[in-house]
Amino acid sequence: MADPMRIRAQAAGDKATVRVLMAHEMETGQRKDAAGKTIPAWYIQQVHAKLNGKDVLSAQWGPAVAKNPFLQFMIKGAKAGDKVSVSWVDNRGDTRSDEAVVT
Amino acid sequence: MTRILWAGAAAAIAASSAAVWAQQKSSAEGIAEYRAMLADGNPAELFEAKGEALWKTRRGPKNASLEACDLGKGPGVVKGAFVELPRYFADTGRVQDLESRLLTCSETLQGISAAETAATPFGRGEQANMDALVAYISAASGGMKFNLPQGNAEERKMFELGKRAFFYRAGSHGFACASCHGDAGKRIRLQDLPDLTRNPGNGIGFAAWPAYRVSSGELWGMQRRLNDCYRQQRFPYPGYGSDVTIALAVYMGVNAKGAESVAPSIKR
Repeated sequence: MADPMRIRAQAAGDKATVRVLMAHEMETGQRKDAAGKTIPAWYIQQVHAKLNGKDVLSAQWGPAVAKNPFLQFMIKGAKAGDKVSVSWVDNRGDTRSDEAVVT
Repeated sequence: MTRILWAGAAAAIAASSAAVWAQQKSSAEGIAEYRAMLADGNPAELFEAKGEALWKTRRGPKNASLEACDLGKGPGVVKGAFVELPRYFADTGRVQDLESRLLTCSETLQGISAAETAATPFGRGEQANMDALVAYISAASGGMKFNLPQGNAEERKMFELGKRAFFYRAGSHGFACASCHGDAGKRIRLQDLPDLTRNPGNGIGFAAWPAYRVSSGELWGMQRRLNDCYRQQRFPYPGYGSDVTIALAVYMGVNAKGAESVAPSIKR
């Protein structure tokens, strides 16, 4: 099971800023280990965000995204008390989903 | 016509050199800006969360948590412990920093061999757990001021030892810690080097570690930071949690008295 994400969502005016910190190695598949063997690629491929169960963001990521990625976006119409959930799927099929309440 | 062209060329040269100068001036500011941007989503938080769980989880041959560990402020007290380390511990009869104290605790409470952890390469196995634990414990003292105790004779001895180690020149290049960190206003490439012989200010130098390093995606405690200092000086690697590393930490920590800790911070 992957490590949890940190999600913060803050409402200001008619929108909310969501900041997500994900724990992931994001191996590109280009690096070699000390023994000279290629370290297999391992990265997040899909990211989805929902507001109260309704899709608000979907993204396709590749190996160019850094280790322990940070994602920030704004949701129009989100207000305090709303639920934001973020999930990702990596190229090994591993997945993680976390939730936060807009403050 | 020729004269006008020349004048134009001179003006262009003047403008370009001014631009270069402005660029140089802003590179330090640029780095500060870059750090501020990263600080908003400092991945050290991920290590903190992992460390907090590790602190409370029953592990090791004795199946115990670290919650009874005395970091200097009584068993189980985490808040405020980091800014008073290294300090003297009566039970071990040694001055210990955070990492060496954690080695003691995990050995006595959990039965995890301190020698084995110390010999493990950085970032692997128990050492990876160590990174998370130092992130969690240092974060619990975030914003507090360094105030290392010097009441015990052993603590004062370690300060003197650390001072000597700091100025001791050795290795193929005749380096000492003081070669780079003995004066204010020095830099290496684009990194400002703090003067560690005095208090360099809040959140600078000793007060900035442990830190998340963006370039390697790892969290480094002071032990690992010092290990890298030794590598850069072309010294033999110091033992993990060895007396010289603790002495240097006492020296830097006492000098940084009153500096606010921003650990775990973020570095390039």
